Amino acid sequence: MPSTDSGLTAPGSTGPGSVGSDPAIRFQDVEKRFGDNVVLKNLNFSVQPGERVTLIGPSGSGKTTILRLIMTLESLTDGFIYINGSPLTHEERNGRRTALPPREVRRKTRQIGMVFQQFNLFPNMTVAENLIEAPMHVLGMSKADALAKARGLLDKVGLADKENEHPSRLSGGQQQRVAIARALAMDPEILLLDEVTSALDPELVDDVLNVLRRLAGETDITMLIVTHEMQFAKDVSQRVMMFDNGAILEDGPPEEIFTNPRHERTAKFLSAVLDQ
Amino acid sequence: MGEKLSALFAFGPQLSDGIVTTVLLTLGGAAGAFVIALVLGLAMVTPYGWLGVPAKIIVEFFRGTSLLVQLFWLFYVLPLLGVQLDPMTCGILALALNYGAYSAEVVRSSINHVDRGQWEASRALSLSPAHLVRRVIFPQAWALMIPSLATLLIQLLKGTAVVSFITLQDLTERIEQLRQASGDTFFAYSVGLLIYFVLAWLLQIGMNALEQRARARLGRVDRTAGGLRSIVRMQKPQAEAVS
Repeated sequence: MPSTDSGLTAPGSTGPGSVGSDPAIRFQDVEKRFGDNVVLKNLNFSVQPGERVTLIGPSGSGKTTILRLIMTLESLTDGFIYINGSPLTHEERNGRRTALPPREVRRKTRQIGMVFQQFNLFPNMTVAENLIEAPMHVLGMSKADALAKARGLLDKVGLADKENEHPSRLSGGQQQRVAIARALAMDPEILLLDEVTSALDPELVDDVLNVLRRLAGETDITMLIVTHEMQFAKDVSQRVMMFDNGAILEDGPPEEIFTNPRHERTAKFLSAVLDQ
Repeated sequence: MGEKLSALFAFGPQLSDGIVTTVLLTLGGAAGAFVIALVLGLAMVTPYGWLGVPAKIIVEFFRGTSLLVQLFWLFYVLPLLGVQLDPMTCGILALALNYGAYSAEVVRSSINHVDRGQWEASRALSLSPAHLVRRVIFPQAWALMIPSLATLLIQLLKGTAVVSFITLQDLTERIEQLRQASGDTFFAYSVGLLIYFVLAWLLQIGMNALEQRARARLGRVDRTAGGLRSIVRMQKPQAEAVS
């Protein structure tokens, strides 16, 4: 894909992406305000294709907002987000920042999947129906193909026998694994994981994390992860970004950030999280 | 008592005519009201002001004016403007507009009560707005709106009585005729109460069945514990599946 942003360098990234290819995600001067409350200010970073990045930081530091901006669940108040080099919601046209039409935005979000803290499965559909709805109606797959794919994914997340269940009959951990399968059914290039184990009972957390560990090992999906599970972050991510007050405080490989943080603030945050 | 019953029996054909008229008004009015409620209710939840604001004005107008005056307007004023509708059409139209406005508010608030996460998950799957409302949001809102719609439907049934003012011979009008024919006020009006009650009860049974079905689709009903008995007893099913 040709770059639409010549002359601008992607700051802050040391990921494994090859030189010359566009970053999977690039934030350029992103600002997000809710009224007077500035959540993200002048944020610049990129994520390379295939890179796994964990966002950590105290609540209210803007981590989840970043995921929600990429999924277009929130609109950015200023700046640009590029997905594979092409603008996601706004582009620079004749020197002015212009919003892209919703249909075009939706075409780009097809490359992006998201898994939520609260699962958000569709309760009016069975497990299988949850998985085939978007592939059939957004990607235009036939029902037979979509169903075959759904079964393969359910098998991968260890829920092959739950195909015809209602989501309300499943445990939280099972629902979250279905939600992961549902996101994967769209073949996303980028997967956003927003505190996916925070709503789960402790004994169900590992099932979900193991599914994600396996996913990280077997695929080259770019992942952006917000989590408080530091061991998981260490296991799957090549890079950790520590946020504080809507800005990146520290950015580096997990071994470095977790064992030898440069900032007092990071060390404090980590010891607070690990104490829990 | 025997002569009362034979008077009732003799009056049977007119009475069943009246019941048919009332039922037609109820079903016709309800069908029209439902269509109007969907259009106005959906218009009010769109982010587009040019759709939402007119819808809101229409809803407030028809909620804020009396059904009887709306009926008179359709029946007596429209002909002055060159539009002549037969009484049945006037009756159905007035009921549809009035109850449609109330129901639109129910549709709007039910849609707004569907968990925000459902919208977000749909967006994360890149479903189009029309598709996500039709396939994800509405089926869930539907289960929420049925109890309120059932209440409005029964009010609509009772509201049909106003049409006797525009020459329609509905159940209320026929009961009045029965009173005059039998000369027994107590008897005639008691028969009237009973018939309205039975009609309302049948409607409630139907709506309860709809609600059960809608909830079952959401996986919310323990089908072994709810069943026919809870429908007939006019109760909501007690059993909740694991949430």
